[in-house]
Amino acid sequence: MNSMNESSRSSTTIAIQASLKKRYARERRFQWYGRIAVLTGFVFLFILLADIVVKGTPAFTQHFIKLDIDFNAQEMGVGQTPSTGELAAADYSAVVKSSLREMFPDAKGRSEKKALYRLISIRAEYTLRDMVLENPALIGTRAEVWLLAHSEAGSYLKGQVDPATPESDRRVKDMQIAWLDTLAQAGRTESRFNTTFFLSGDSREPELAGIKAALYGSFYTLLVTFCLAFPIGVMAAIYLEEFAPRNRLTDLIEININNLAAVPSIVFGLLGLAVFINFFELPRSAPLVGGIVLSLMTLPTIIITSRAAIQAVSPSIHEAALGVGASKLQTVFHHVLPVAMPGVLTGSIIGMAQALGETAPLLMIGMVAFIMDVPAGVTDPSTVLPVQIYLWADSPERGFTEKTSAAIMVLMAFLILMNGLAVYLRKRFELK
Amino acid sequence: MSVIATVTEKNTASLEGKAQMDKSSAFDMQSHADMKAYETIGKPFVKNSKMSARNVNVFYGEKQAILDVSLDIGRNEVLAMIGPSGCGKSTFLRTLNRMNDIIPICEVRGEITLDGEDIYESDQDTVMLRARVGMVFQKPNPFPKSIYENVAYGPRIHGLAHSTAEMDEIVESSLRRAGLFEEVKDQLDKPGTGLSGGQQQRLCIARAIAVSPEVILMDEPCSALDPIATARIEELIDELKENYTIAIVTHSMQQAARVSQRTAYFHLGKLIEVGDTKEIFTMPRHQLTENYITGRFG
Repeated sequence: MNSMNESSRSSTTIAIQASLKKRYARERRFQWYGRIAVLTGFVFLFILLADIVVKGTPAFTQHFIKLDIDFNAQEMGVGQTPSTGELAAADYSAVVKSSLREMFPDAKGRSEKKALYRLISIRAEYTLRDMVLENPALIGTRAEVWLLAHSEAGSYLKGQVDPATPESDRRVKDMQIAWLDTLAQAGRTESRFNTTFFLSGDSREPELAGIKAALYGSFYTLLVTFCLAFPIGVMAAIYLEEFAPRNRLTDLIEININNLAAVPSIVFGLLGLAVFINFFELPRSAPLVGGIVLSLMTLPTIIITSRAAIQAVSPSIHEAALGVGASKLQTVFHHVLPVAMPGVLTGSIIGMAQALGETAPLLMIGMVAFIMDVPAGVTDPSTVLPVQIYLWADSPERGFTEKTSAAIMVLMAFLILMNGLAVYLRKRFELK
Repeated sequence: MSVIATVTEKNTASLEGKAQMDKSSAFDMQSHADMKAYETIGKPFVKNSKMSARNVNVFYGEKQAILDVSLDIGRNEVLAMIGPSGCGKSTFLRTLNRMNDIIPICEVRGEITLDGEDIYESDQDTVMLRARVGMVFQKPNPFPKSIYENVAYGPRIHGLAHSTAEMDEIVESSLRRAGLFEEVKDQLDKPGTGLSGGQQQRLCIARAIAVSPEVILMDEPCSALDPIATARIEELIDELKENYTIAIVTHSMQQAARVSQRTAYFHLGKLIEVGDTKEIFTMPRHQLTENYITGRFG
C-alpha cells in the first residue's frame, strides 16, 4: 500500500466521519419527531378515554332508597278484596308519597312536598304494582321496599352534587340534601349495579333510560348492512379484479367507486330518504332502510379493500391453477379468494365498524325518533347506539350526561370487539 | 453480458417481450428487417409430431415478441428451447397451452395444433387444453394448501377420481412418478409451501402429471434450484418422457444437452436453428447458435 493511496483513504475516512455525525443526528431527530407524534396521539386518546370513562362509570350504578310502604287499600283507591283489574289500576304513587310524608313530616308546603316526592323515581309505582299483583296479600300490610331513586337524588348520592354551591345553581335543593343525608345515615340508601341501563329502552327519565332498544336497533341495522354490503361488495371486487375487461368503462367505474368512498355520509341519508322511503315507501325509522343506506356507504370501502386484497394474491397462484386446467371461476374461488380472505374480511369488518358508528345518514331517514320499545325486527321503528348517544347528549337533564358517556363506552367496546375479531380472523386465515 | 449465468430472468412473458425490444440494439448481428425474412436452419419439422406450430407470431400490444416461428414437437420427445433472455422462448412455450390468454394485450397469430387440432380455434376450450397440456413454472408455485390437496386438486376439478381410494391412488402414483412420495408420505397433510425449493418443484410436477396430460411444458423448472435438486428434476424428466411429450425452456446449456432429444435456439423472437441436440451442440450451423452455446455472447 503506497502512501498516496493511504492519504487518499484517510481523507475519505475523514469526510465520511464528518458526515456520519450529521447523518446519525438527522436520524435521531427524525426518531424523536416520530416519538413526539405518537405520544401526542396517545395523550389525546388518553384524555378522551379518561373523560368518557370518568363521566360514564357512575351510570353503571343506581341508587335505591328503602321506604316503609303501608299498602293501605283506602289510599290506593281499592276495596278490601280488590280484583286483579282493580289492583292494576290502583294508585301506587299515593302510598309512596304517604310513606315519604310520614318519614319526613317537615315537608309542609306544596312545593316542599313536591321536592320530597321527587326523591323517588316514577318507576316506584310500577315496582309496587308488580309486587302487589304477584302477592295480593300485601294489601293492608306494611313492608320495607327498596325503590329506585330519582336521577337527581341519585346524582347527589353518587356525590355528583356539591352542596357548597349556591342552591339556585343546582337541581338538588337543600331540603332534599338534608332528607337524603338522613336516609343515608339511616342505612336506607344503597348503590346497585344498573341493570336498567342494559335492559330497557330510552326514557324521558334518566334513571329509567337504557340502551337495549338502541343495541337491538344497531344489531338489526348492521345485520341488514352486512347481508347486503358483504356479498355485493366482495362479488363486485372479484368481478372487477378478475373478470372485467380493462377498458374505459371499468376505469370509470373504478374512479366512481373511489369517489363514492369519499362522499359525505349524510348524502347517503338524503338518498335513502328520497329513494327508499319516498319512492319505494319502505317504513320510516326502520333498521331495514338504515341498513340499506349504511350498506351503500360501506360498499366502496369493502370493494376497495377487497380488490386490494385480491390484487395482492401472487399471480403465480393464478398460473398454477390455470395450468392444471382450472376454469377462471374455479381459480378465483378455490385459490385466489381463500388467500385474499383475511384482507377481504378485515376490510369488511372495518367497513362494518364504520357503519356501527355512523349517525348522520340515519338522522335523515328518521332513526332519530324517540323510541322506547325494543324493535322485534328490521321493519320496526328503532334507533341505533350512536344516534342514542346523540339524543342523550342533546338532553338537558343532568342524568343523561353520564348515560351519554356510558353509551359511548358500550359503543367503543363493540368497536374494539369488532376490530379484535378482524385481527383474529386475519391471523387465523394467515396460519392456514 | 453473460447470458448463461442469468438465473433470475423475469418470469412474466410480457417483460420478456419488452426486454426483447430493449436489447435489440445490443445485438448488432442482424437488423430487424433481416430477421423477419430469416428462414430457420435445421429440421423444425418431424414426422410424428404431437404439437406443431406454423407461422406463429405473438404480439404484446404493438411489440412483436415472436416472429414467424414454425416448429414441431415430436411424440415422447423432450424438446429444449434455449436462447438469451428476452428471445421469446418462454412466450412461445406459453402459447402452446394458451397461458398467454391471461395477458390481455397479448395476441397470437398463426396456427398451433395438438394432435392435428387447432388449439386456437374459437370452439377449443382452454380448460380442456390445459388439462391435456400441463405446465410447470419457473418458480415453484404450489398452492397454499396441503401436499395432498396440491396433487388432488387437478383430478378433483376434472372429476377424474370417483372415490377417496381412487384419489389416494392418483395422489400416491403422481407423487411417486415425481420422485417425491418417499420424502413426503408421512406429511401429506402439511402445507406444500413448507417444502424445500426442489421438493416444491417436484410437487408441482406431480400436480401437473396428476391430471394425466399428454404434453408437459416446463418453463425453466430448475432456475430456482440448487444443483442437487436440479439433477433430480433432470432424472425425472428423463423418466417422464416415456409417457409424455415434454417441451422445456432452459438457460442451462448443459441441461438442454442432458435432457433433450431436440434443441431449438431462439434469438430476438426468431427461431434461428433447430435440430437434434447432439448436432446443435457439436456442430451448430448458425453463427448466433455457435456464439450462444460457446458462451461468446455480448
